[in-house]
Amino acid sequence: MSPFVSFRQVSARIGQNDILHDLSFNVEAGETLVLLGRSGSGKTTALKMVNGLLLPSAGDVLIEGKPTTAWDLIRLRRRIGYVIQDTGLFPHFTVAANVGLVPRLEGWQPRDIAARAQHLLTQVGLPPAQFATRYPRELSGGQRQRVGIARALAADPPLLLLDEPFGALDPVTRVELQQQFLDLRKGLNKTTLFVTHDVREALLLGTRIGVLHSGRLVFLGGRSEFLESHDKEVQAFHTCLEEKWRGTI
Amino acid sequence: MSSALARDILDLTLEHLFLVGLSMGIAAALAIPAGILLTRRTFLQRWVLGFANIMQTVPSLALFGFLIPLPFLGGIGKHTAIVALVLYALLPILRNTLTGILNVDPAVRESAVAMGMTGRQLLWEVELPLATRTILAGLRIATVTTIGTATIAAAIGGGGLGVFIFRGLASVDTTLLLAGAVPAALIALAADRGLEWVEHKLSPV
Repeated sequence: MSPFVSFRQVSARIGQNDILHDLSFNVEAGETLVLLGRSGSGKTTALKMVNGLLLPSAGDVLIEGKPTTAWDLIRLRRRIGYVIQDTGLFPHFTVAANVGLVPRLEGWQPRDIAARAQHLLTQVGLPPAQFATRYPRELSGGQRQRVGIARALAADPPLLLLDEPFGALDPVTRVELQQQFLDLRKGLNKTTLFVTHDVREALLLGTRIGVLHSGRLVFLGGRSEFLESHDKEVQAFHTCLEEKWRGTI
Repeated sequence: MSSALARDILDLTLEHLFLVGLSMGIAAALAIPAGILLTRRTFLQRWVLGFANIMQTVPSLALFGFLIPLPFLGGIGKHTAIVALVLYALLPILRNTLTGILNVDPAVRESAVAMGMTGRQLLWEVELPLATRTILAGLRIATVTTIGTATIAAAIGGGGLGVFIFRGLASVDTTLLLAGAVPAALIALAADRGLEWVEHKLSPV
């Protein structure tokens, strides 16, 4: 089977700055590839290339074998769930309306939209009876991010993009949501591209890890390869790990 | 107060409302779409805002005067007054439409695009609802200002409550001055309160 997402010698230039250099990697169907990197490493730029929020200045990003430049971007984006750190929830929509947005854009029946929103809110741990009619400003940061995840899953997209979704949460809530993400993933079998600067999160959630440094992919591999890697940037991330992980190197 | 004066006050108040209402309708119909366009064509912003700014700085009596010799737009009468009032009202509406849309949280806009909204859906479902309060605030400022400025329309035969004011000035008659000024002030207050209420009712968050 061909990879779900494929970067082929992708470069990105925004203004005078080269953000990505000659980036090539695949995201296989069903895997969770975590892109790990410092701030400014180009990981968010790489993510935005997948749903066409940005287009490559050289090379191609292929989704199901077709370059993003050849996709109808509206169609493409409705098949990709997108979660960002700031959530980007619509402040003038209720929680249920936020979750039901893509199904509504896709012309689902109102009854089906409501049922889908209820189901997803339950799945992410927000009882619909209590939360469906609230507005985003009436939620805590963790609850907002749960709604963001439910919204991304609404139209059952085969591909999920997550850009530091738990980055702004307190540590306890973050661990809760990471765990919930793992639980959700078991039942759903989505292809996922996950961006983070948190090495522990990368080890916890990634089936593979890619490390970006100054717009270049300096490492790509599984968890044990990551822990054994001698690449300087990867080792810089090793130093952030607790003893528990270091023991396994 | 004689019944003749009362009837005149009523007539001129209605005429005043007509001047303001029509001018505001035209100004909103021009400035709101123009403001939306400016969010899409950023290079036009400087020019269009510059024009609206200059219009706003011309003293109102002078603007009415400048319009008189112009063909089509100018001359003596109501239509010249309306052209001038529209030119005055453009800036606050234009600027607030632009600001309201540009101030939409970038994360919200990015999410909307990333979820597959078309440009039109982004505008109608996200940007305009979230900018409503700011746009209405611009409309309110423009309306209240226009109610005052419209009294000068009488200077070029535009009618309205300014007729009393100019007549009162000419004959040093305080009663006439008040007959023009008090209703104009009351209309302005009522419009301010009314539009504030609408603003409150319509704003989505």
